[in-house]
Amino acid sequence: MQIIESQKIYDVIIVGSGAGGGMATKVLADAGLKVAVMEAGPFFDPANPEQRTQLKWPYESPRRGAGTQRDFGEFDMAYGGWNIDGEPYNNIGDTQFDWFRSRMLGGRTNHWGRISLRFGPQDFKGKDRDGLGENWPIGYEDVKPYYDKVDKLIGIFGSNEKRVNDPDGFFLPAPKPRLHELYYIKGAKKSNVDVIPSRLSILTKRINNDRGVCFFCGQCNRSCSVYADFSSGSCLIFPAQKNGGQVDLFVNSMVSEVTIDDNGKANGVKYINKEDRQLYKIKGKVIVLAASACSSARILLNSKSEKHPNGLGNSSGLIGKYLHDSTGTDRAVFVPELMNRKRYNEDGVGGLHVYSPWWLDNKKLDFPRGYHIEIWGGMGMPGYGTGFDPNGLNKYLGLTVGGYGNGLREDVKKFYGSVIGMSGRGESIARIDNYCEIDPTTVDEFGIPVLRFNYKWSDFERKQSKHMHETFEEIGHNMGGVVLGDAPGKDQNYGLLNPGRIIHEVGTTRMGSDPKTSVVNEFERLHDVENVFVVDAGPFVSQADKNPTWTILALAWRTSDFIIEEFKKQNL
Amino acid sequence: MDRRDSLKSMILGSMAVGLSLESCVTKTAPEVIEDKIWKYTYGRTPEEAVFDQELMLEQFFEDYELQTIQTLANLILPPNEHGNIEQAGVVDFIEFMVKDVPEFQVKIRGGLMWLNNTCNSKFNMSFINCTEAQQKEILDSIAFPDMKADEQVQEIQFFSLMRNLVLTGYFTSEVGIKELDYKGNMPNVWDGVPQEVLDDHGLSYDAEWLSKCMDPNNRDEVAQWDDEGNLIT
Repeated sequence: MQIIESQKIYDVIIVGSGAGGGMATKVLADAGLKVAVMEAGPFFDPANPEQRTQLKWPYESPRRGAGTQRDFGEFDMAYGGWNIDGEPYNNIGDTQFDWFRSRMLGGRTNHWGRISLRFGPQDFKGKDRDGLGENWPIGYEDVKPYYDKVDKLIGIFGSNEKRVNDPDGFFLPAPKPRLHELYYIKGAKKSNVDVIPSRLSILTKRINNDRGVCFFCGQCNRSCSVYADFSSGSCLIFPAQKNGGQVDLFVNSMVSEVTIDDNGKANGVKYINKEDRQLYKIKGKVIVLAASACSSARILLNSKSEKHPNGLGNSSGLIGKYLHDSTGTDRAVFVPELMNRKRYNEDGVGGLHVYSPWWLDNKKLDFPRGYHIEIWGGMGMPGYGTGFDPNGLNKYLGLTVGGYGNGLREDVKKFYGSVIGMSGRGESIARIDNYCEIDPTTVDEFGIPVLRFNYKWSDFERKQSKHMHETFEEIGHNMGGVVLGDAPGKDQNYGLLNPGRIIHEVGTTRMGSDPKTSVVNEFERLHDVENVFVVDAGPFVSQADKNPTWTILALAWRTSDFIIEEFKKQNL
Repeated sequence: MDRRDSLKSMILGSMAVGLSLESCVTKTAPEVIEDKIWKYTYGRTPEEAVFDQELMLEQFFEDYELQTIQTLANLILPPNEHGNIEQAGVVDFIEFMVKDVPEFQVKIRGGLMWLNNTCNSKFNMSFINCTEAQQKEILDSIAFPDMKADEQVQEIQFFSLMRNLVLTGYFTSEVGIKELDYKGNMPNVWDGVPQEVLDDHGLSYDAEWLSKCMDPNNRDEVAQWDDEGNLIT
C-alpha cells in the first residue's frame, strides 16, 4: 500500500483534540502558527441538532436511556467507551486495567464531570512528604499563573477558601446546595469532615459573549449546546478557528506513528483515514501529542526506527511505565426523612454543588495519600433503571418487599429522591511495575499494534478505600440515613474499583529533569527528541486526589507558550 | 461486538432495500416500519442509528407472547387516572430491550412458558385466558422474593425482571414522568431549595455559604475579578 503524502508543512501537528490538544490548538493558533489537529473520531458540535442529546426525554429513545450502546447511558456524550469495536486492548495475567476512550472531536471533555481542581503545593512534592513516588520537577508556583489564565479563559465556579493544598483561583459564583447536599453538609460537619462549594467548569455567570450561561438542566455529560460547560471543541477549538487561526482539522484520522528524518528529528505523522482506510503522511515542524496518556504512549512506542529502536523518546525505557489512575469507591445511603418529597425542579448544574476536599493528615493514618468526596442524589430525570426494585427500601421500614398492583406506583413516588450517594476519589502511588506496553500479538482493525496492561493495586490503595467506606458510614449515619449494603471486605479489595475505572489515567510519559528516570522535561518535551511534546496527562509524575483536567490544561498552555518562544528564537 | 459488526455489514446496503425485504417477511407495510424507525430522534451516530434500526426491524416475541406480556404488565401496574401500560408503550419497550440485551431473551421467553405451563396444569388454560383471580393466584406465588435466600428461584427472578422492566418502562414514559411529577429538563435558574421545603426539613442556608453563591440578577454581566480573585461584577 502506498503512503499518500501531503506537501504542505505545518508548524505544529497536534494529535488529539481533548483537553490538552484543544488548549494547544487555541494557544498556538492564536499565536499565528499553522496547525493541523488530528482526531481519530468524527467531527462533533454539541449545538448540532443531529448530534445533540441535551434536553431529550427518555421516551425519545426506544431503550429509554439504557447504557447498552454508550457505557454511561445512551444520552451520554462519549462516542466510545470501555470497549470499542475493532480497537481491542489486552491485560497481562490476572491484572485488569479498564481503558475508556472517546473517539470524537473534543474527546472525553464532552461528557466528563467538569470537576476542575487545581493541584496544590503539596501535590507536586509528594515524595518530600512521605518518601514515596517521585516529586515533580516543577512546583505549584510554576503552574499557578497558568491555572489563573485557564480559570479566566474557560470559566469555573467555586469559592476562595484559603486552604493550604486546595488553592484559590478566579471563580464564578457557586450554585446554592440542593436539599440532599444540605443533608450531606449536616452529616459531614457532625463527622468533622470539611465541605465547601464544588469547583466545576460550568458558567453560572457569563464570561464572554461567545458562550451562553448555564440554564440548569443538570446534563453537562451530554455536552452543552449553548457552550456553558467546558468541552474542548466548543470552548477551545471553535474559538481558535473563529479567531482567524490557521487550523486544519483532520477528523476520522487515526495516527499510527511519528515519523523522523535522518537526524532522528520528528518531521510528521502517519495516519489512517478511517473513511478510505488508506495510509497518509503529513509533515510538521513540531509534533504535539495529546491523544490521552495511554494513546500517546502507544504512538511513541509504535514509532520505532534505527535511531529510536525502543520507540521514539524511549531511551529510558520508561514510556508506558508509572501508569496510575485515581482510586475510587462509592456507597449509597437511604435517608427516610427524604421520603415523599415535595416536588420542584432541582436539576441544578450537571454534578455536585458541594464536595469534601481531603481534610486529614496522612501521618496519622495507615495509608499515604488523601481523597476527596463527591456527592450525588436528588430528584433527577427518570431514565432506564428508575423503578427497578421499586420497594426494596421497604425492608428498612419493616414493610413488604415485592408484590404487584398500584401500590408500586406509590412506592416509586415515595422513595423518589431519598437516596444520597458518596464517591471517594483518591491518590494512588505511581509504581514502575504498573504499565502499558505494545502487545506484539494483536493489532487493531487499522493494523496498528495495540496496548496490553499490567496493573495491580497495593495495600496503600486498599487501605485508603477501607477508610473511605468508614467515612461514608459515619457521615451517612450522621445525616440520619441508613447506609446501604455491607462495607466491602478484604476479599473485595474494600470496594476499590478496577484501575482505569475513574478515567484519570496518567503517568506514562512522566516528567523529570533526569533523562534516565523520566521521558519528558519540565516543558513536556521529549528528552530524546527536541521537537516532540506531550500535553495530555502522560507527563504527570503523580495524580493527586484532584481531577486531572485543569492541570492538563494549565501545563498544555505553559508548554505551548514555550513552543511559541522556541519558534521566535528559531530553535524549532 | 461481533453481532454489531455483522449487523453493520448486513445493513450497509440501502435502507430502502432492507425495508422492502423486511416487509415481505413480516407482512408489515413499509410505511409502518418507517414510522417505527423515524419516531425516534436522539442524537445517534450513523453506526448507532443503523444498529437501532436493525433492532427495530427485528421481531423477537410471537404475538401470543406479546399478549401475555401485556396482560402481565397490566396486572403489575393496573391502569388508573394517571396512565396505563399502553400509553406508556411498555410492551414495545420490552420487545426492544430483549433485542438490545440478549440475556433477557431466554429468561423472559422461558418465564412466559413457565407461566403458561403452570396455568395449564392448574386451570387447564393459558395465562391470558385465566380469570384475574386465577392469574393473581399464580402471581402471589412469585411476586415476593424470599428475603432470606441467597438466590431466588427462576420464576421469582422472572417476575422481578418483568416488574423492573414494566416499572421503568412506565416511569420513563411521558405519562409516567408526569405522574412521578419530575419538574426538570427545561431551562430555568436554580436559586436554591424553596423556603417551605427548608422549613419542612428543619434546614436553612448558612449566611457565609450564601455569600459565595450566584446572584440570579447579575449573571448575564461578563465576569471580572480583581487581582486577588474577588469577583467585582
